[in-house]
Amino acid sequence: MQEAMIKRAKELLADGTVNRVMGWKKGEFVYDTTPAVFETAEELEKEFVCNDFTQANLSKYLIKESRKEGKILAFLKPCDTYSFNQLLKEHRIIRENVYVIGIPGGPKLDMEKIKAKGISGILDVKNENFTLKIETLYGTETMPFYEAVSGKCADCKSKKHVVYDELIGEDGDVLASRRFDMVEKLENMTSQERYDFWRGELSKCIRCNACRNVCPACTCENCVFDNPKSGIDQKAAADSFEENMFHIIRAFHVAGRCTDCGECSRVCPQNIPLHLLNRKFIKDINSLYGEYQAGADTTSKCPLTDYDTDDCEPSIVHERGVE
Amino acid sequence: MQVNENFEPVIVAFCCNWCSYAGADLSGTNRLNYPTNVKIIRVPCSCRVNPIFILRAFQRGADGVIICGCHPGDCHYTSGNYFTRRRITLLYSMLDFLGIERNRTRLEWVSAAEGAKFAAVMNQFTEDVRKLGPNRRLEDLRCRKQ
Repeated sequence: MQEAMIKRAKELLADGTVNRVMGWKKGEFVYDTTPAVFETAEELEKEFVCNDFTQANLSKYLIKESRKEGKILAFLKPCDTYSFNQLLKEHRIIRENVYVIGIPGGPKLDMEKIKAKGISGILDVKNENFTLKIETLYGTETMPFYEAVSGKCADCKSKKHVVYDELIGEDGDVLASRRFDMVEKLENMTSQERYDFWRGELSKCIRCNACRNVCPACTCENCVFDNPKSGIDQKAAADSFEENMFHIIRAFHVAGRCTDCGECSRVCPQNIPLHLLNRKFIKDINSLYGEYQAGADTTSKCPLTDYDTDDCEPSIVHERGVE
Repeated sequence: MQVNENFEPVIVAFCCNWCSYAGADLSGTNRLNYPTNVKIIRVPCSCRVNPIFILRAFQRGADGVIICGCHPGDCHYTSGNYFTRRRITLLYSMLDFLGIERNRTRLEWVSAAEGAKFAAVMNQFTEDVRKLGPNRRLEDLRCRKQ
């Protein structure tokens, strides 16, 4: 697949359709791949990579890249195309300046899950018939592929590309995902249990802002969390309140626009399940205001900028489930 | 939960200028009682209430937050309260999801003619919050008074 992508990218560079290519760059190890822009065929040949670890969503980078001179080629996985489409809807990306090639998505692997097996000194990871052959400094190890699948891919919602100029590989379908299971489990807990669960998770936050920076829905030029008058800008939380506040507001600001790409949880250095907050909003929106998938199209209205005169009252929150 | 008889909750009420604020005024001119625990903040429309306002109120010592606006369909700005309704439903649901006691938050529609309703709502809400006790789950320790 990587070869096919490099080949096509070179063709498009050569015939002048695009002058840059957005993809992933090899790092020191097989598992550290970074989003990068390539300008020449040599660079592509030498550094371009697409493997089981190229998880990063490239859509957000295209906001800035699409405003530069010339057209850029971007390789987007199905989940990335949802983010891309949502950004198009919000007029953040200039569509004419991006040439989108849809590539098959995951399941991608999470290095932490391999390392958690006690495997270290990793040199290479190969997938052979859903068994991972992991070459390490100390010999070859194996583990089942599905035990190393990253969280965001395990709950995959769709293999369908919602926007593309051409495809490499085949287009898939929207999947029947069980992604709300954990949210439901939490909803069925008592208020005290939920409080304890979230206190345990959110108190780990170091306010690195990675979740905000990576989020394709967080694209404000001036962020509320950078406001020097907010009292919570550019610093670690001084109190449990500030931790709660940051995460409530972060999730609220992307409610109705979050495509559930799972990047927030993937980048969190403290492994806080941030996607659960976003999924709670998605689940509520689906159940209260009708099924809505952000990014699935560019014409429908975002549920929070829309209303219905027959909407339910907030008291519904007080009436359902256990206290 | 142990109930402290002497506990006096602080209630922050965001009232829409056109309906609920006038409703509060009416309950005053009608000599109807409502608790002094209620601190009213006047907003141009219930839609003006940003989720951060609600969180800030809890941070600075509120034990309960209530938002009062015009009845749906009666908004001075035509549709403001419809947006409020969706937004606040989701926010309250999220606060509940994070384990904040759900009875600390409320939204009521009170028109300018409903002075009696305003007093009744505030009496009821203050009693509900009094039962819950002080806000501990969403407080900022640095802002605690005692």
